[in-house]
Amino acid sequence: MTTPTTWRPRLADGTAPVLAVLAVLLVALAFTGPAYSEPTGYLALLKRAAPLVLLAIGQYFVIVSGGFDLSVGSLVTAEVVIAARLIDGQESATGWVIVLLLGFGLLVGLVNGLVTTKLLVPSFIVTLGMLLILDGAVFLWTGGAPRGALSPSFRVFGRGGVDLPVLGHLPWSVVILLVVLVAAVLFMRGGTGRTLVAVGDNEKAVRLAGGRVDRLKVLAFMLSGLLAALAAILLGGFAGVSAQVGQGLEFRAITAVVLGGVLLGGGRGSVVAAAAGALTLEALFSLLNLLGVSGALESAVQGVIIIAAVAYAALGVNTRLRLRRRAGTPEPAPRQ
Amino acid sequence: MSVVQQKIEVARGATGGRSRRFTFTPTVTVYLALVALLVVGSVLVGVQGGVLLDQGGILNILTRSTVLGLVAVGQTIVIVAGSLDLSVAYLVGLCSLVAAETMAGSDGMMVPGVLLALGVAAVVGLVNGLVVTVLKVNAFIATLGVALILRGYLEENYTGPAGSVPRAFQHLGFDRIGPVPVGVLLMLLVAAAAWWYLRRTRGGYHTYAVGGDVDVARLSGVRTGRTIVIAHVLCAVAAGLAGVFLASRLGSGAPYVGTDAGYDLESIAAVVLGGAALAGGRGGVVGTIGGVLILATLDTIFDDLAVDPFFKDVVRGVVLIVAVALYARRKVSRRSA
Repeated sequence: MTTPTTWRPRLADGTAPVLAVLAVLLVALAFTGPAYSEPTGYLALLKRAAPLVLLAIGQYFVIVSGGFDLSVGSLVTAEVVIAARLIDGQESATGWVIVLLLGFGLLVGLVNGLVTTKLLVPSFIVTLGMLLILDGAVFLWTGGAPRGALSPSFRVFGRGGVDLPVLGHLPWSVVILLVVLVAAVLFMRGGTGRTLVAVGDNEKAVRLAGGRVDRLKVLAFMLSGLLAALAAILLGGFAGVSAQVGQGLEFRAITAVVLGGVLLGGGRGSVVAAAAGALTLEALFSLLNLLGVSGALESAVQGVIIIAAVAYAALGVNTRLRLRRRAGTPEPAPRQ
Repeated sequence: MSVVQQKIEVARGATGGRSRRFTFTPTVTVYLALVALLVVGSVLVGVQGGVLLDQGGILNILTRSTVLGLVAVGQTIVIVAGSLDLSVAYLVGLCSLVAAETMAGSDGMMVPGVLLALGVAAVVGLVNGLVVTVLKVNAFIATLGVALILRGYLEENYTGPAGSVPRAFQHLGFDRIGPVPVGVLLMLLVAAAAWWYLRRTRGGYHTYAVGGDVDVARLSGVRTGRTIVIAHVLCAVAAGLAGVFLASRLGSGAPYVGTDAGYDLESIAAVVLGGAALAGGRGGVVGTIGGVLILATLDTIFDDLAVDPFFKDVVRGVVLIVAVALYARRKVSRRSA
């Protein structure tokens, strides 16, 4: 890793392609949908995409440190169901339930992290087990159908917004999203974030250099859990209570992160690219919707895209290295 | 790699292994766990006045393990090769549809239906393998992508069950030879074939080598790409067989029969429960069958005890994590010893 003073690239490896694709998609949206001719259309898109972007940022922390978090989808479902059950329409309960939800997300992440680091179980298996446990426990507790209701003030985060003089109506979810994104970028540019990426690149080296590998990995899982809780609060407000609210979100978040050029297995990729990947995915779905492509084909398109994105990244790196070798320049060490 | 390791262990045990009379390989552990589970389950069910292991109970366990067994045996091969296959669940549904629609109720189309279904499966496996090896896409993403493509196809073209199989073909799903259902025999036959491939052929040894360390395997002259592609094709064909069997059992093809049962993650769980390393190079068909039997036995016990079905998922998750934690612990203690 380079020192902060010589830290040059504003865009990490793999960020440029996803931003280019995103730009193309946004322009295409402007041409196809009349709603996208003014900023409100894009704000609505950002609002829709906010939960997925939050999940992608959380997933990024885990993936870049060399793990997987398959439990976020069922965690989102669990959080929404718990919120509905505990609030049960009472306005007064909203405050402490939100605190409890965030705490529960942190707790699930803590368990994931501790089992991964202390019991040495691969994170794929740990979070798969956690997925089964959360799914089963939620349904066991609710008896198959979620009960209760969310209070209006809880739903404000997903639905409401604030009226600003210049920007007009700014949804709360967009505000939350921006705050989290800025925090994540600052975190990744700090020492802890850099060490986290290093853990994904070469765990042994970090350990020998005195880095607290276990603590960092646990932290990554806890951040993922916390952001999943936040995404659940937005989704609950936006979409309401259902037992399917989180279904498949874990794979969608992983897709988004991978689309952002982040390497599975860790050590490479930027958090902005991961967030851009999520936004790209959502923009693409909106575009397909506008073009009248049926919802069924959405998943097929998603499948083709992630394969293409990863193949492009994998083959692209190889070709670049080969070209460099042929040009006779000494091969530089892979950079973060 | 691990075959070599195990051979060395055997040799060590024969010559001077006095310190340890009996090695707890994961395979042995998983079957001991199965026996323990059967004993505990019998007692629990007995307390409630039922019998777990009467003929019906045994049949129940075996029937439950048929489809998952077929899928998991195939999954074993790819996981040993250091890959994994998330597309099997949709593939099972797709193959059941292909088989049932080709047969369309006529006896004469039985063989073409089965062959076509297996052919489709092989092609999907080939695509998986080529995407992994030629396009160099991480297996997780490659097979997830293929799974999403299959899902899109299924959702676009089917809303519910389609096609029908002739009555003669339903013998596969419901007949028994003596006390044993035909499906179980089919599953065991496939498992035996997979065991033979992994343990007795050059291709199988190459599979372990590639899973253990792909670079070392390549430098040793193993055609790593070909080995991985073959593993994916074999896995897909096993999933295809599961689809054909389900078509025979259900009487028609069902698009979501594989995903409803969660065969993708469930089969990986069974393989890992059977002692395979997710990173590849370690594991085997015998352990996988043990893992499948444990999951099926758990299901049967819970049914007999009338436990809430959602509780099963919780227990399954805990069992999975605990089992893998135990294997990991054992490995670490051996390394430090």
